[in-house]
Amino acid sequence: MTISAKFEIKYFQYLDPAGKPVAKKLPKVAEDRDEMLRMYRMMSQVRVFDRKAIALQRTGQLGTYASSLGHEATHVAIGAAMRPEDAFFPMYREYGAQFMRGVKMEEVLLFWGGDERGNDFSGPKHDFPWCVPIATQFHHAVGAAMAYKYRGEKRVAVSVIGDGGTSQGDFYESLNAAGAWQLPVVFVIANNKWAISVPLELQTRCETLAQKGIAGGIESVQVDGNDIIAMREAMDTALDRARKGKGPTLIEAVTYRLSDHTTADDARRYRKQEEVAEAEAKEPAEES
Amino acid sequence: MGAITLIDAINLAMAWEMEHDDSVVVLGEDVGVNGGVFRATAGLQERFGKERVLDTPLAEALIAGISIGMASQGLKPVAEIQFSGFIYPTIDQMINHAGRLRSRTRGRIGVPMVLRAPSGGGIHAPEHHSESNEAFFAHMPGIRCVIPSSPARAYGLLLAAIRDPDPVVFLEPTRMYRMNKQNVEDNGEALPLDSCFILKEGDDVTLVSWGAMIFETLKAAKELEADGIGCEVIDLATVSPIDIDTILESVEKTGRLVIVHEAPLSCGVGAEVAALVADKGLFYLHAPIQRVTGYDAVMPLFKLEHDYMPSVNRIKGAIRKTLED
Ligand SMILES: Cc1ncc(C[n+]2csc(CCOP(=O)(O)OP(=O)(O)O)c2C)c(N)n1
Ligand SMILES: [Mg+2]
Repeated sequence: MTISAKFEIKYFQYLDPAGKPVAKKLPKVAEDRDEMLRMYRMMSQVRVFDRKAIALQRTGQLGTYASSLGHEATHVAIGAAMRPEDAFFPMYREYGAQFMRGVKMEEVLLFWGGDERGNDFSGPKHDFPWCVPIATQFHHAVGAAMAYKYRGEKRVAVSVIGDGGTSQGDFYESLNAAGAWQLPVVFVIANNKWAISVPLELQTRCETLAQKGIAGGIESVQVDGNDIIAMREAMDTALDRARKGKGPTLIEAVTYRLSDHTTADDARRYRKQEEVAEAEAKEPAEES
Repeated sequence: MGAITLIDAINLAMAWEMEHDDSVVVLGEDVGVNGGVFRATAGLQERFGKERVLDTPLAEALIAGISIGMASQGLKPVAEIQFSGFIYPTIDQMINHAGRLRSRTRGRIGVPMVLRAPSGGGIHAPEHHSESNEAFFAHMPGIRCVIPSSPARAYGLLLAAIRDPDPVVFLEPTRMYRMNKQNVEDNGEALPLDSCFILKEGDDVTLVSWGAMIFETLKAAKELEADGIGCEVIDLATVSPIDIDTILESVEKTGRLVIVHEAPLSCGVGAEVAALVADKGLFYLHAPIQRVTGYDAVMPLFKLEHDYMPSVNRIKGAIRKTLED
């Protein structure tokens, strides 16, 4: 027997849960005080927004709302790294990324308040609105990337999916096609460990979700999704590769859904409070 | 241009539009070097290059989904689904995104894509290759569903479909691909979508059909002419949205309506035509509306497919029934 191919998944982390550097050398963005502040401010803003939105839902002024509590670093890094001409294909809770791209808070509230006009938002006109049918958005990102490649534009399509979404056929089809065609697309898995009440270990036996990209012939990495520096560095690298024609990247951002799935859910029914408390200790945007 | 087949007309329409509009791209399984299993895209890759005529991985949901992504960013994709039975994975993307995006973004994002697929039986094909599935797409808001039934209409309607700013599902009657030839001028002129075509005028009975069944319907009309029965034959062409005005005008004149389609009876597009006529033209009718259709059963393998598909005799029987007493 010989070995036909060997694979590995690298894990990137620069900050420990307390926000102290764990790596000797930090990426360049860490030295950019203004950019770090811009991202930190946004993480705080999303937190406040999230709390307000839940309060609005509780008082009957919003419909069901999907909280982004705990995902702030992942989302904000995505939006901060992208250029306006890139296109974003979100799922339904990436407000941090969208605010960074110019979407207004009232537009998110319009959407969750049951008004389509929220989808005609102030972000880039080519950005997609929220996508509820899980994993279908990956195909749109692949198609957009094909359009950019066809016209020779240095633009990148970026899409986000959840850990549950990685069980969908559309997820695999997209990775496979983007790999085959070497498209300028960045796929992010926001692995928050839960898909409503189904824990990650019931979705897959894979040690990482990033390794699913290897089957598509894609550059695949795993990142501490609560570490804004690691997440931003992974996005910068992936976007740069895509822009240079070096093909797609899959980033697994390991984070945790601190909230209920949506305001219509009660997570106490299916997960232990100790697990949540442990995750809270590692959350990305400590409130002061 | 001399006489050409329906499949040639489809090829010509795509070539014309690719020649005149750089944003038109063709994609699907085996559409490149091979020119498509039915040869619809023959020669296109050679002429327009690999960037514009793309062999996709074998994944139908992907084909529909990436077409939406491409269309949203300024391209006009014309996607081919290889055989009718494999179109179903596209339904998620078509109903949840293609048909909705313009409305749910309040006009910000449109989806000018065409999803082409062969449709219908009668070509001795393997299992899952002979279904007529227009009713699935006719039921989707925001999506046009068009079925040509002659080379000239295939050419003009496909051009219109590609130019349309919204998604069009274009179902091609496989049995008619090479059935007969017609002179078609390759002049880039589109035909109107959302409009029926009156193929034969008559005063006694209105026959509404589409796709390959137009052949049997016209034959039945011709044969009954000898008995002094005048049938008006209407090709529905765009099965959604339905041009009911043309049909109503005809039914007002004839007072009788027979609908012919190959797909199963229940919840077929014929039911919608009948309901619309009952709604808006009930008092024009001298006799109950007749539907001659495939059966509410699985499309059989090809040994029995001709018993499944409406025959000229069944159509004639239904016409005579509308003329009883
Ligand atoms: C195709 C599809 N199936 C089911 C649902 C219902 N649903 C909404 S969210 C969700 C769980 C998604 O989990 P995950 O992908 O991990 O994303 P998360 O919500 O955790 O961010 C499900 C099953 C859906 N929206 N789409
Ligand atoms: Mg999840």
